[in-house]
Amino acid sequence: MPRDQSIKSVLVIGSGPIVIGQACEFDYSGTQACRVLRAEGIRVILVNSNPATIMTDPEFADATYIEPITPEFIEKIIAKERPDAVLATLGGQTALNAAIALHKAGILQKYGTHLIGADVDAIERGENREIFRTIVEKIGGESAKSVICHTMEEVIAGAAILNYPVVVRPSFTMGGLGSGIAFDEVNLRQIAGAGLRHSPTSEVLLEESILGWKEYELEVMRDSSDNVVIVCSIENIDPMGVHTGDSITVAPALTLTDVEFQKLRNLSIDIIREVGVATGGCNIQFAVNPDDGRIIVIEMNPRVSRSSALASKATGFPIAKIATKLAIGYTLDEIKNDITQVTPASFEPTLDYIVVKAPRFAFEKFADADPRLTTTMKSVGEAMAIGRSFPEALMKALRSLERKEAIFEFPSDIAKIDKASLLISMQITTEYRLQQVQQAMWAGAPIDEVYDATKIDRWFLHQIALINDRARELAQPGELSSSVLRSGKEMGFSDAQIAKLRGVAEEDIRKARHHVNVRPVYKTVDTCAAEFEAFTPYHYSSYEEETEVRSRTKPAVIILGSGPNRIGQGIEFDYSCVHASFTLRDAGFETVMINCNPETVSTDYDTSDRLYFEPLTLEDVLEVVHAETLAGPVLGVITQLGGQTPLGLAAGLKAAGVTILGTSPDAINLAEERGAFGKVLQQQSLTAPEFGMASSQMEALDIAARIGYPVLVRPSFVLGGRGMEIVYDDIALSGFINRATDITPDHPVLVDRFLDSAIEIDVDALFDGNELFLGGVMEHIEEAGIHSGDSACVLPAATITSSQQKAIREATLKIAQGVGVLGLINIQFAIAEDVLYVLEANPRASRTVPFVSKATGVPLAKAAARISLGATIAELKVEGLLPNSVDGVAKGISVKEAVLPWNRFRRTDGRGVDAVLGPEMRSTGEVMGIAQTFGESYAKSQISALGPLPKTGTVFISLADKDKTSGIAPAKALVALGFNLLATGGTADFLATNGVLAHKVRKNSEGSGPMGERTIVEYLNGGDVALVINTPVGRGTRADGWAIRTAAVQRSIPCITTTAGFSAAVEGIKALQRGELNVLSIQEWLKK
Amino acid sequence: MAKAFLVLDDGRIFEGSSWAATGKTFGEAVFQTGMTGYQETLTDPSYHRQVVVMTAPHIGNTGINTADNESKKIWVAGFVVRNPSTITSNWRSERDLETVLIEQGIVGIQGIDTRALTRHLRDRGAMRVGIFSDLDISREEMVIEVRRTEVMSGAYLSADVSTPQPYIIPAIGEKRFTVAALDLGIKSATPRALAARGVEVHVLPFDTKAQEIIALNPDGVFLSNGPGDPATMDEVVDLVRNILLEEIPIFGICFGHQILGRALGFDSYKLQFGHRGINQPVLDKKTGKVEITAHNHGFAIKAPTDGIFNTVFGSGEVTHLCLNDGVVEGLQLLERGAFSVQYHPEAAAGPHDAAYLFDRFLDLMAKYPRKVGSI
Repeated sequence: MPRDQSIKSVLVIGSGPIVIGQACEFDYSGTQACRVLRAEGIRVILVNSNPATIMTDPEFADATYIEPITPEFIEKIIAKERPDAVLATLGGQTALNAAIALHKAGILQKYGTHLIGADVDAIERGENREIFRTIVEKIGGESAKSVICHTMEEVIAGAAILNYPVVVRPSFTMGGLGSGIAFDEVNLRQIAGAGLRHSPTSEVLLEESILGWKEYELEVMRDSSDNVVIVCSIENIDPMGVHTGDSITVAPALTLTDVEFQKLRNLSIDIIREVGVATGGCNIQFAVNPDDGRIIVIEMNPRVSRSSALASKATGFPIAKIATKLAIGYTLDEIKNDITQVTPASFEPTLDYIVVKAPRFAFEKFADADPRLTTTMKSVGEAMAIGRSFPEALMKALRSLERKEAIFEFPSDIAKIDKASLLISMQITTEYRLQQVQQAMWAGAPIDEVYDATKIDRWFLHQIALINDRARELAQPGELSSSVLRSGKEMGFSDAQIAKLRGVAEEDIRKARHHVNVRPVYKTVDTCAAEFEAFTPYHYSSYEEETEVRSRTKPAVIILGSGPNRIGQGIEFDYSCVHASFTLRDAGFETVMINCNPETVSTDYDTSDRLYFEPLTLEDVLEVVHAETLAGPVLGVITQLGGQTPLGLAAGLKAAGVTILGTSPDAINLAEERGAFGKVLQQQSLTAPEFGMASSQMEALDIAARIGYPVLVRPSFVLGGRGMEIVYDDIALSGFINRATDITPDHPVLVDRFLDSAIEIDVDALFDGNELFLGGVMEHIEEAGIHSGDSACVLPAATITSSQQKAIREATLKIAQGVGVLGLINIQFAIAEDVLYVLEANPRASRTVPFVSKATGVPLAKAAARISLGATIAELKVEGLLPNSVDGVAKGISVKEAVLPWNRFRRTDGRGVDAVLGPEMRSTGEVMGIAQTFGESYAKSQISALGPLPKTGTVFISLADKDKTSGIAPAKALVALGFNLLATGGTADFLATNGVLAHKVRKNSEGSGPMGERTIVEYLNGGDVALVINTPVGRGTRADGWAIRTAAVQRSIPCITTTAGFSAAVEGIKALQRGELNVLSIQEWLKK
Repeated sequence: MAKAFLVLDDGRIFEGSSWAATGKTFGEAVFQTGMTGYQETLTDPSYHRQVVVMTAPHIGNTGINTADNESKKIWVAGFVVRNPSTITSNWRSERDLETVLIEQGIVGIQGIDTRALTRHLRDRGAMRVGIFSDLDISREEMVIEVRRTEVMSGAYLSADVSTPQPYIIPAIGEKRFTVAALDLGIKSATPRALAARGVEVHVLPFDTKAQEIIALNPDGVFLSNGPGDPATMDEVVDLVRNILLEEIPIFGICFGHQILGRALGFDSYKLQFGHRGINQPVLDKKTGKVEITAHNHGFAIKAPTDGIFNTVFGSGEVTHLCLNDGVVEGLQLLERGAFSVQYHPEAAAGPHDAAYLFDRFLDLMAKYPRKVGSI
């Protein structure tokens, strides 16, 4: 069936901020959707609150709304744009939930539009566990025995029938949010309680435990002619019990016979038909009993999912792209396979390689979080690797994670490994279980014992045994023969691992390897195991005979991506890399992307001219550079766009003779090395907060006395805001040093003056060696001390004066010159008592680049890429890539707000982790609000990040002493706006003396009163509070504040933890009360 | 590990390590792209005289079990695998793959760049190949030996693979029909699929005479898959023409499809590298639907794909096409009960999308019932 010609405009709903369980894979899928629709000549209207996405670039849609993804806002967009159809299956659970709400409210019908890609009934059948169960039964499949519960009483009764342990799964949540395994009633009450709250329908499912069973996922697609194909099978190495997003997974499935695989295939097809997903993709999960093959259907996602992105990258079959084409009427056989160009999309990809995906976690950011992996997803990113064997792919995936701890170690002294305790600890799945497995086996643990402890299929365990065997061969003293070296490389050992095994330097192994010409070749991901010729250069390395890299004549630019998403380095950097690729392609270069993150747009095979799906390590990058140098001229490598990962490789690449385009590694060092950067500032007469380096506790106290409290203290060997604390006195400083550092002359502690209540400023700028283009000056809403990534910010800066603005520009220019930037630089400043302090400079694309680009309409990353290759700012202005203004000019007022993953983590006692901001970054994503006034813009950002701010109701306020004064004005304003205030004793008294009436409420620690007066936590749990303002006193000491914040997070009540945020929220509430928040597309803003 | 060499008749040599039985073996080099089902492939008689290159790198992971055998022995002439598993892990596994291969004397090779080999065969076509494992022999001699072997075109192999004696697979449940299945290299999944539908299957040697079949008074005749060049099958083609004249419903698959095609007067031809995999998209021209199917064929039938054609047995049409390359995948007569497909509705290994064709055969037998008193 050809495409539905009645569809002339489509509203695409995006997935909003990056959160755990819903990350940039939906930018990948949404971007594909937008591209497909536009290529069909369809007008694309897009809504997504996430400015860091590529899909929200003005060039991907005809009307791009960076607005909250809520039914109210989407209705406004529909009313204004009148789309013929709405596509919501590519924006994760967020888009799907919004679409269902729109449908149920009759809004779609009201405006004469309809959903394409899935209908609401099919979504319900797929997602409602009770209905899905009957469907599974009807088609002859089996579900785990289960009970549906809507109250805690039903939950407890249900568990009695099923026997512990039981699995708890709330309905209609994403990424397994709120689900878990309960081993006893106490456990069950905690998990199911949260699940009932998280589920929009207050519904949880209790299930018989199938812990330890083999786990599989099939990616299925169906078209309107009822053609169904299985795109990919994925096997979880971690058996049932760990969320698939947190499991190490492999594609294709490796431990099933054809008979068993076809059973899963048949069930999948019967399910997608019975559920009635008419067009598009879905994923279906199965558990298989390893002892007898009994199959249990676990669940389905009736939409494109995280696994679809993985499957697309793993097979070369672009699920989102095809799903979009199916949604507008095409059938699978009418769609061409891009890769072969001759065969249709109505086939099932076959792989002649192995793909391994490994999750990346961020537990170090949440010190009190329970490290056990469960059915609630906790990982923040993932790396994928491709090899011609499982060990090769696994070893590559583990080094792609950029975690020292993830890489297999082979210590020569086996006696030091406590095999027995490893065998016990591996029974519980944690981040590094596979490494425990490998260590135990290295120390001689037999496969059967490891199997009993982990239930990881013996086949995978055996592969790890083979890796250990190979390590033993590589470690043999004497000359390293080229055949042993080659066999090690075939197994995926890195030069660094081999060097460690042999006690030599990595560089020596590399030289020796090159000397005997043991180098990787590059194979192609082609969907068909070489049955047809592939026309897309999507490559991966392997140590084999024949390479498939084609020679070329165009000069190539190699762009290094940013690797797996992590807190602090995510989609924003992919945005910059993709932009660079697009603009350099346009400028006539051949672009070559290297990255290992399957969720991204950069690893889409048609983003760059060539794609190498490879780990971002020096060795792997050097080999790609070598291969591309053999293929044709290579101009150099761009390292400044992918964040810290490529930046960290720049010096090594340069030392190996590779040209670094843009800012040089020496300049990078000038900015990154504290001493050197201090000199740059000194030369330019710029001020930085005083600091000192202490190698003992006494020294630390002396420094603090010299520079004055408060101080920001952190161990010097931890970077990226990890392990930092702001302390206000000697006792707290000593406490931190004792608790969080092992201070010695080798491990000094940095003590910085902390600028209390300073305004923090973030600047993104371009410098071409001569001219500066200031992209944007952002003012943080939270004062200094909150990590810039977690702080809301506003562009243009709201409170700084024009002379301060001038000073910032001058300082930026001086630093750019002093460091020697060629391309982008991000600088953080603080203004305290009218003094401008330089906090730090990063000579690279920053997290805020996409936000600034959206707010000003200036493609900073594109310009940076061009500057790296020799263009000047003046030239780019002539060309029109940069505007003719001196600097970037914000359109309207834009607010960026961070989104934090508090609800994902729990302590080992089952209670929530503290939801408080600090100098360590913890946010996973961000949203943007854009409007004519600050209040409206802030309100939009809060709605996108937290859900709506209240227009009426009760606000609870509890302020730390240092915050009390600044809290008076906004509290007063709230009363004037008609809110009731609740406050705990101290705050209530303080407010009363300042003329603000607040009802006094008991603290949690005080317990209920003699007359049954409720505590604040009871108020929160009773649903009687609409907004929480709670500023923390200091860290770790305030059980009351923690109880309040966690209760708020658990009940999804907006919780603001700074007075600056409080003031901004009041502005937002005013805007809400004033009435309608309008929607305006970015394209319209840019015309202003 | 001893060295092993895979030597193609155009002189390209891949060096790997010995695996399975050592010694030497020859055949036609073909690649198989299925990610599951190596056991079914090994025991499929259609692979007789072929050296099979598995494109999936890890083979042997799930061992060997009795239930999944497609015949009583392994038929491939040689087996080429990148990473054979040294462990088996599956609850149904009974034996280790390499042990079984050694027992049956199947020479294998491991550790070669199977993707490079596959690309070579794709670009140059299926060709003769030899595996020389743990032998002291020069490269030149190996090439000469390979070039001395027979090519697949013109190969007559039915006698090698067919059952010497007839046997009966009883219907499961109530018996609805009797089918005479001509064994040209039949896979056990086919009679199984028929039996499951209430068909009693009489599996007959390839050289069974038409009169013997007619004497069985079957409701239908099934022409099985099998190895070799269909152009060598004149006697069976004649037999099929006789059956057509008797108006007994016929269902042919794979080699059986090529035989029916030839019986209808079409030519067969050799494909460049054939279809061997379990992911092949086939369009059912009548419904417009696509089925994902298991293929294993090096030859195909040349027939007009548009509209209706005429044969001495009345009009007919091409019913199915391969969407990858337009190869004829199905034929049917419009006035008689005879149809055939080039692929494998019995799957094993592969998707079950085409299983409906067995039902269609049953429908056909119901539509064209045995003539009363025709015995």
